[in-house]
Amino acid sequence: MSELSLLVLLPFLAATLTVAVPGRAASLGLVATAANALLVVSLCREIIARGAVEQVIGGWAAPLGITFVGDGLAAVMLAMTAIVSLAITAQAMSTPGRAGFWPLWMATLGALNGLFLSGDLFNLYVAFEILGLAAVGLTALAGTPMALRAAFDYLTAGLAGSLLILLGIALSYSVTGRVDLETVVVLTESSNGRIALALIAAGLAVKAALFPLHFWMPAAHSSAVPVASALLSALVVKGALYLALRLSIEGGAGAEFLRSALAVLGTGGMLWGAWNALRAERLKLLVAHSTVAQIGLIALAIGVAGDPLQNGLWTAAALLMLSHALAKAAMFLAVGRIAEALGHDRISGLNREELRPGAAEFAFAIAAISLVGLPPTAGFIGKWILIEGLVDEGAVHWIALLLLGTALSAAYLSRVVSRCLRGGPHVSATAQRLPWRSGDVAALGLATGALLLGLAAALPLTLLEVPFA
Amino acid sequence: MISEYAFLATGAGLVGLALLRLATSADLLMRVLGLNVLAVGIAMLLLVSGMGASGTDAVPQAFVLTGIVVLVGVTAVLLALAERIAEDRDE
Repeated sequence: MSELSLLVLLPFLAATLTVAVPGRAASLGLVATAANALLVVSLCREIIARGAVEQVIGGWAAPLGITFVGDGLAAVMLAMTAIVSLAITAQAMSTPGRAGFWPLWMATLGALNGLFLSGDLFNLYVAFEILGLAAVGLTALAGTPMALRAAFDYLTAGLAGSLLILLGIALSYSVTGRVDLETVVVLTESSNGRIALALIAAGLAVKAALFPLHFWMPAAHSSAVPVASALLSALVVKGALYLALRLSIEGGAGAEFLRSALAVLGTGGMLWGAWNALRAERLKLLVAHSTVAQIGLIALAIGVAGDPLQNGLWTAAALLMLSHALAKAAMFLAVGRIAEALGHDRISGLNREELRPGAAEFAFAIAAISLVGLPPTAGFIGKWILIEGLVDEGAVHWIALLLLGTALSAAYLSRVVSRCLRGGPHVSATAQRLPWRSGDVAALGLATGALLLGLAAALPLTLLEVPFA
Repeated sequence: MISEYAFLATGAGLVGLALLRLATSADLLMRVLGLNVLAVGIAMLLLVSGMGASGTDAVPQAFVLTGIVVLVGVTAVLLALAERIAEDRDE
């Protein structure tokens, strides 16, 4: 199948073209994002009809060559990226962008697609490096001293993380003599192999901003421009979470030690992120800390799911990733719009006398519902599958922690939502509503998408049930 | 083979020192250098893993080359960022 390599080639080609023809960068970006979405749709249809597809690049088979594998999980991640990328592109076109945004954004898209399709560890490392560099560029785009400082910390942490991944890959090569993903199950059988896997997982934890290695993340995500924040929080951290899930799947029963670590760190992240979100004074920081908490939740879901080859609990983690991507992108876009209207993003200043809540606040509220996991959102379905499975196993302590995390997320998000909903005497009779703008469409569309995804959850679940290649 | 263990110990030592420096140093330039030392340590471990009794394996060497290319690019970006931060501080 040539679609697989096209999915990687097309965004990188667009990235090059947007550098060469900066005047037409926005329209080139739109064409590339739309074409990417169409390719993903056709790939999903093919995977549902005929099962997982594989492409051996240049005819060089593993262990020496590079393979692209498109299975159900990869397709769901690609679809998640495609949906969010359409909204990001729409938003970026309606706001005057900075030079450099489009090439960086296209490179991010290409790196993400490459990451989700890679069938070998070394190619994953290369994709991570491209992703890391492009994401740092997006962070620094805001140009403020705070953003530059955050970008520096992000790149240092990211590079240290990828070097740990590289060290893990080196060790796994010396153990098994190959680097394709099928070697993971061999790695779980020897102590050297498990050390290699632990090194890779440690690198991933830095890149995914998994507690306690999330130190770089709130500053980076909250100081970037709104479209970049949305991208970083919704998609970029998902790359590392995806690989963690992939390692858990490929490792099978032998990867239980990784899952235990993920579950413990995930719990820590869920509580620590929620605690900081409850204390945050700025809206953007609250949303960034909520990402720490949600990443914790997803890691917890991967961790407690057990052997993915034995049961289907891991699909909950994939659904949670999908719903978090849509909702968090919507939330950051909405926050950008709110901050623009207010001139600041202090939470205490959200009660406004002269301004009624508008489309952005509405989008924020819907996204919040999805993040908390109320029905009918995809977040709800994910938590439902997970808790149902845990009930069957009698793992009451995990259920209690999940519910505690959910209650905390409702608490910190209602700090914002309740302020927006409160009408009452402080709103003057002459209060204005902000006029509709094309800038609201992306946030609203994504938020509604996250809401409706719960009703259409059968589609991603069908994809996830496709047997692995 | 003694020399192999010497290389491994040196590589692991460099990795450890670099990680320690990265975790404790606030100076931007020091952290860029720390990352470079980390990468050199890892390259050393990679190269040892390619040393066999029957000759040298080219695959780890290719990994090291890719790693060097990535490191040069990232170091350039880090230095550019550090310069911008220093400029902002001076103003």
